[in-house]
Amino acid sequence: MYAYDEIDRTLVNERVSEFRDQVKRRLSGELTEDEFKILRLQNGVYLQLHAYMFRVAIPYGTLATNQLRALAHVARKYDRGYGHFTTRQNIQFNWIKLAELPDALEDLAKVGIHAMQTSGNNMRNVTSDQWAGVAPGEIEDPRIWSELIRQHTTLHPEFSFLPRKFKIAITASDHDRAAIKIHDIGLRLIRNEKGETGFEVLVGGGLGRTPFIAKTIKHFVHGRDILSYIEAILRVYNQYGRRDNIYKARIKILVHELGIEKFSREVEEEWQQIRNSSLQIDDEVIEDIRSRFTYPAYEKLPHMPDELRQAAADPDFEAWRKNSVAPHKVQGYSIVTISLKPTGGPPGDATAKQMDALADLADQYSFGEIRVGHEQNLALPHVAKRDLPALWKALDKLGLATPNVNLITDIIACPGLDYCSLANARSIPIAQELTRRFANHELANLIGRLHINISGCINACGHHHVGHIGILGVEKNGEEVYQITIGGRADENATLGTLIGPGVKFDEVADVVEDVVEAYLALRERPEELFMDTVKRLGVEPFKERVYATR
Amino acid sequence: MPLVSGGKITGDGFVKLAVDTPLPEGGDILVPAERFLAEADALLERSGKVGVIWPNNRDIAELVPYLGKVAAVALVFPTFRDGRAYSQARLLRERYNYRGELRATGQVLRDQFVFMLRAGFDAFEVKKQADAEAFMQTAKRYSVFYQPTGDGRITALHRRMQLRHSEGVGT
Repeated sequence: MYAYDEIDRTLVNERVSEFRDQVKRRLSGELTEDEFKILRLQNGVYLQLHAYMFRVAIPYGTLATNQLRALAHVARKYDRGYGHFTTRQNIQFNWIKLAELPDALEDLAKVGIHAMQTSGNNMRNVTSDQWAGVAPGEIEDPRIWSELIRQHTTLHPEFSFLPRKFKIAITASDHDRAAIKIHDIGLRLIRNEKGETGFEVLVGGGLGRTPFIAKTIKHFVHGRDILSYIEAILRVYNQYGRRDNIYKARIKILVHELGIEKFSREVEEEWQQIRNSSLQIDDEVIEDIRSRFTYPAYEKLPHMPDELRQAAADPDFEAWRKNSVAPHKVQGYSIVTISLKPTGGPPGDATAKQMDALADLADQYSFGEIRVGHEQNLALPHVAKRDLPALWKALDKLGLATPNVNLITDIIACPGLDYCSLANARSIPIAQELTRRFANHELANLIGRLHINISGCINACGHHHVGHIGILGVEKNGEEVYQITIGGRADENATLGTLIGPGVKFDEVADVVEDVVEAYLALRERPEELFMDTVKRLGVEPFKERVYATR
Repeated sequence: MPLVSGGKITGDGFVKLAVDTPLPEGGDILVPAERFLAEADALLERSGKVGVIWPNNRDIAELVPYLGKVAAVALVFPTFRDGRAYSQARLLRERYNYRGELRATGQVLRDQFVFMLRAGFDAFEVKKQADAEAFMQTAKRYSVFYQPTGDGRITALHRRMQLRHSEGVGT
């Protein structure tokens, strides 16, 4: 866990009082809605279809139990008793009243949580691997660097009014759980041949109406230079990024229009001017940040405790364990993913009651720590294996033990037309229907790893381009129409999906997905060949033929 | 539109010239970049001070040869959403060591003051009277800064190092 010091706390409090003043001026009419809009967005406040929506940052996906309880408190006191975890390690509350927002922010500030820059055209919440610091084989804990960058990007005096939003993600594992290739800047923590820590820097990834996979701009930037290198990228972008058209304003378009070579030359030139400045980070600074991350005092525990051996006889436990429990870097411990995708439920939602109960379980079983992942699930990062059976029982009682992590019903979806003023189509009801269609665990297990991502409009908050099956809702002649893609992925081999045919109506989406799955089951070479691999081997055509043959 | 300079509302000594306004005999003038570059010699020979209004889409490096001779540079915020002039300001101050007046013009509102001060602005054509009056109060809103800029305010990282070392002295 990272502990805020007096300096961090002061800044968050100053931000709250600034926002309180801004809300006051808006309510008194001193600020026009147009002026206020930018200010509220910089504090994570959107105006949605029915109410204000409030997006709170969970930097690099790490939460302490008192923080999760504070989120539950906000859900209960200022909202309708639940919150929605997003694809970028944020939580959203959908029914907030403007006049109460400063109080909600103040309550969160007490536990070191803020909503700075969770929307608006600035540097957004820095995200990372939800297994950071506990995943086996990591170069080092990427949260140290995430925190350094979080601080540097917070209220940046030069880059708070960028052409468009700007997202940075960091991973330190070979397997990328942070989706860095679909970020404006993706950072992969690596060691060079001299054993020095640094980053492969990728730039220009992003989804939306013109999706791009990020390209490598520099193969190695030393850790001490990472802030100056990021600053150089941003300075080039701030000056030359397009501001005439909101849909062409992301850095991906600038990189695309200039070409990665020219863009990287511009950045390099700028970087050479600033790399030997006060932006250079010495080891002491890194050590200071590192020293404020605390790690559990792990016990020496057996690899296979008796409790686990005994519980293996219970098929329900085993079904859950196989999908939800992952190896930990310390023997005798596990990382447990908590599915927020119950059958028939909206993906990523958690009630205040669940959040409170989960905080208690984290205190009891996970050294008081919770993680939030981009797949809209939570995780307990340090669970002793001997505690797994007891934890499972407790989770099950809370409706948090759906054994579907990484399976077809572990769906990513945006809020869609049920909440969002940008949406053209509903997302949540599609997800709900799909979780019902594939509710049979044997079937889901037979299908294996398969990610469905759903967006209710071209802005792609549901990451449909990189879903193994992607579903995009659009509006056509006043009707919701859904385009289906297959073959996308967001990991280290990130790829954009390919359209398999004409759009289908709301009622037909689940049928089409069933047909795609059926086609896969018929086409796969052997049960171990995952959906993604079959699509890669055969291409889209055989799927297209089977799915659209009868339509 | 009130001008804030040195932290206070003051009178504006500069007269703004358009591209085609006849050049006045004396007095201090602010001239659009295009005209300034075309008539630089003649303008700088006059007795009054000369400042330049530099658009946010023109490379600020073009102004470098004249920086020792101009009394003011006015950068433009066509809307407060458009943050290009923050980069220009930092380049002027931090790379080109410009020390004259650096003025923010356009849609300049209270909630940008701290950012602008940090980027190196020291004069502000403020859109609203109430915002201009609240300048000093607003400028003090924040006491913690995470990024090093040319304004010399101590950063959080730096402060932590100082605290560490001072704690270390006694032990």
